[in-house]
Amino acid sequence: MRAAMRDDLPFPRTEVGKETEAYNFAYLDEQTKRMIRRAILKAIAIPGYQVPFASREMPMPYGWGTGGVQVTAAVLGPDDVLKVIDQGSDDTTNAVSIRRFFAKTAGVATTTKTREATLIQTRHRIPEEPLRDGQILVYQVPIPEPLRFLEPRETETRKLHALADYGLMHVKLYEDIARHGHIATTYAYPVEVAGRYVMDPSPTPKFDNPKMDMCAALQLFGAGREKRIYAVPPHTRVRSLDFEDHPFRIQTFKQPCALCGAEGGYLDEVVLDDRGGRMFVCSDTDFCEERRAAGHRGAMAADGDAAGETR
Amino acid sequence: MYVAVKGGEAAIDNAHRLLAHARRGDPAIPEISPEQIGGQLKLAADRVMAEGSLYDRDLAALAIKQARGDLVEAIFLVRAYRTTLPRFGYSEPVDTAAMAVERRISATYKDLPGGQVLGPTFDYTHRLIDFLLAAGATPPEPAEAAAGEGEPMARVTDLLDGEDLIEREVAPDGDMPVGDLTREPLDFPAERDLRLQALARGDEGFLLALGYSTQRGYGRTHPFVGEVRYGEVAVEFVPEELGFAVPLGTIDVTECQMINQFKGSAEVPPQFTRGYGLVFGQSERKAMAMSLVDRALRARDFGEEVTAPAQDEEFVLAHCDNVQATGFVEHLKLPHYVDFQAELDLVRRMRAEYAARRGEASEMKEAAE
Repeated sequence: MRAAMRDDLPFPRTEVGKETEAYNFAYLDEQTKRMIRRAILKAIAIPGYQVPFASREMPMPYGWGTGGVQVTAAVLGPDDVLKVIDQGSDDTTNAVSIRRFFAKTAGVATTTKTREATLIQTRHRIPEEPLRDGQILVYQVPIPEPLRFLEPRETETRKLHALADYGLMHVKLYEDIARHGHIATTYAYPVEVAGRYVMDPSPTPKFDNPKMDMCAALQLFGAGREKRIYAVPPHTRVRSLDFEDHPFRIQTFKQPCALCGAEGGYLDEVVLDDRGGRMFVCSDTDFCEERRAAGHRGAMAADGDAAGETR
Repeated sequence: MYVAVKGGEAAIDNAHRLLAHARRGDPAIPEISPEQIGGQLKLAADRVMAEGSLYDRDLAALAIKQARGDLVEAIFLVRAYRTTLPRFGYSEPVDTAAMAVERRISATYKDLPGGQVLGPTFDYTHRLIDFLLAAGATPPEPAEAAAGEGEPMARVTDLLDGEDLIEREVAPDGDMPVGDLTREPLDFPAERDLRLQALARGDEGFLLALGYSTQRGYGRTHPFVGEVRYGEVAVEFVPEELGFAVPLGTIDVTECQMINQFKGSAEVPPQFTRGYGLVFGQSERKAMAMSLVDRALRARDFGEEVTAPAQDEEFVLAHCDNVQATGFVEHLKLPHYVDFQAELDLVRRMRAEYAARRGEASEMKEAAE
């Protein structure tokens, strides 16, 4: 059995662990890509609907972006320019790892600039700069089912979606208001897509929800472990669930970015010392760098921005 | 002062270089070879083959070496390799009755055709640390069976089957497609072929705990080990151009036939029911746990009330895969500061509101006084 299988390997056995040439463009074989593309087309045709797909084991762990990686691999072409962000940053370890993966297995050009990218894979953020026609935003999704924590059973949640029965979710949001005075969901805030399906926007902060609405770019969502793909086509209505007397509101920050002085962006809190020292900086590193390059300065920007590195 | 949290490609490279160094350990001690792992830590390699769903001992051994002995990590390496392999078809059903048996025991009969064959087992050993092993003693030669002892060993369940005392396993139509959860997303409710496939590659520890829970009353099934057997079976394949089965080779498997509490109705006389376990290599713990969970998951088939975790198909199948589980649990190491920031903001706001309410309340109290 072993000998018979060996002959059919796409590469000789001795090359296991030796890198890449032996792998197909963007790692996945063409049949798998076709299967994923079919799921994507179906997802685009039914905005917000979770399409099951035969997710493959990827060479990175489940929960670390395998869904997004498979979607990216299926839609990536040789002429694409790829940007990968995690928490808004191009420099976080997992973003570096995924960007390298495609640079290696597909040989595509990579960038950190939102404007230059044709395909952006993201975990937990939408770039501050508005996306344009022709761009694709691929989200990494851990739990695609917005109703999962209200109803753990897949058989039940599929029924609820089929019947557009979203009472559970409204009750949950109402209970938040009854208990806390306002809706206590700050990320993975549920949205209604094209007036039909309720969708989990992936755990992006609700700050980013309005950017999904009527977005010019195609938004694709991949959940590898949960084996689901869903999509929001360009220029589609995405409405964050709310109540007339408790309208949806995004987070606001009291101060501008300490490095670039931007107001109205999403900020990360950086702890400076153990005496309560804090600073707030843009979570979107490309946005922040562009602004600084254009001469904007925040309160704590050092000249030259001597940035330390993780070692 | 601001220290930017830059991932730094150099930092990642350095981490991996350090990993390679740590993997090698003390250079004064000879390096371990995959052959040694496959031969002397055979049961570890067996587990990696079983849960990696790929029968390749050399690859499993290499993966264990690469993973520094972390078996779940080794299983993950094998899975990620397996997924790139082309699939040229499905083998014929394996005939375990024709197994070249190395071990076969039944707990339901004292003696039976073929006899009880203990084989290599930890059972009945006293679990005393053997310090001779540290010194590297040569073990005595194994005893050899007398000629003519190798009579055929029918499966115990087939013996019961003859009397109609146990539910019949109706072999499905040969042309019926075989479910494959690695090619099609798992859908609920899942049929038994898919359930067994999921259990066969499921985490040994998880299934062990679930099987154990059925023994302690959470979905009780009154099990008896009809038989556990371990040995070599032939794998056959029918190439389309030939139209008949040709042998591809042999694989080692452990099979467990669990005999469970009977079931009957107005139409059907009482019969024992079955749970089934089959895994690559030698792992009785896994095969037995699998057969307990398989039986528990058949609750629906027998009209039993589903009350316990082990009977709950979605619960068991969605959580039994350790590659999925470890990935998602360990992804919590990834940065989450964007979401944490959102929560931080909310908690601060709620605390401010709380403080404001308290302030108002005490002011009102003072005013009242």
